[in-house]
Amino acid sequence: MTEPIRERDPGLQPERTRLAWRRTTLSSTVAAVLAAKTALHGGRSPAGVLACAVCCALWMGFLAIAHRRIRVLAASGPEGPPALTPRHATAATLCTVALAVCAVALVF
Amino acid sequence: MIELVRNVRLWFAPQEVRKEGGTPDYRFSLANERTFLAWLRTALALIGGGFAVDQFLPDLRWGWRVGLALALLGAGVLCSLRAVNHWIRCEQAMRRGEDLPVSRFPTVLSIAVAIVAVAMVVVVLVGWEG
Repeated sequence: MTEPIRERDPGLQPERTRLAWRRTTLSSTVAAVLAAKTALHGGRSPAGVLACAVCCALWMGFLAIAHRRIRVLAASGPEGPPALTPRHATAATLCTVALAVCAVALVF
Repeated sequence: MIELVRNVRLWFAPQEVRKEGGTPDYRFSLANERTFLAWLRTALALIGGGFAVDQFLPDLRWGWRVGLALALLGAGVLCSLRAVNHWIRCEQAMRRGEDLPVSRFPTVLSIAVAIVAVAMVVVVLVGWEG
């Protein structure tokens, strides 16, 4: 008997993690749509358009981060995917914080 | 406080996390990552709630509206920063084979959300007329 080859994690951990990233991009989409609505609410002032563009850029940044991580997870072999790097996690957090800062600027 | 500063440095330095301890089972790392993402979603939901208060309660008095929105947005910021900090502390604890860190944050966040909810009820019952 050779040692068993693990073709697929029975707990589907990489898949679950991939879906968690997907859910998170969905949440960020909802937040970005609300941000765009707030930014363009009072007519199309230059400041509003600028804020809308910044929020859209942050949303795209978040999508790019999630996409990179999803590709790493999808490409992992039987030994499992590499762990999330702190830089990656920090980038995702900073996108979220920047969106909140935009929100504070828009609310005032 | 010093530990927090040290942790902030770690956020940007992946190689330093790998310096100590051994790599844990990848499934534990992935579970930690999913917990981080769940907290990030909570943060995004709070930020979305801040936008929603500002947008969908236009009849509210200005002070109430801005105050509630800022409370939700502030909670969102704290939640996302705490998410990455807790993630890195768990990752380090797993590498060193220590117990996972305990945290008061879930309690604080629950109480804050409860306070905002009660404030909303009061606003709806009393302060609706701006």
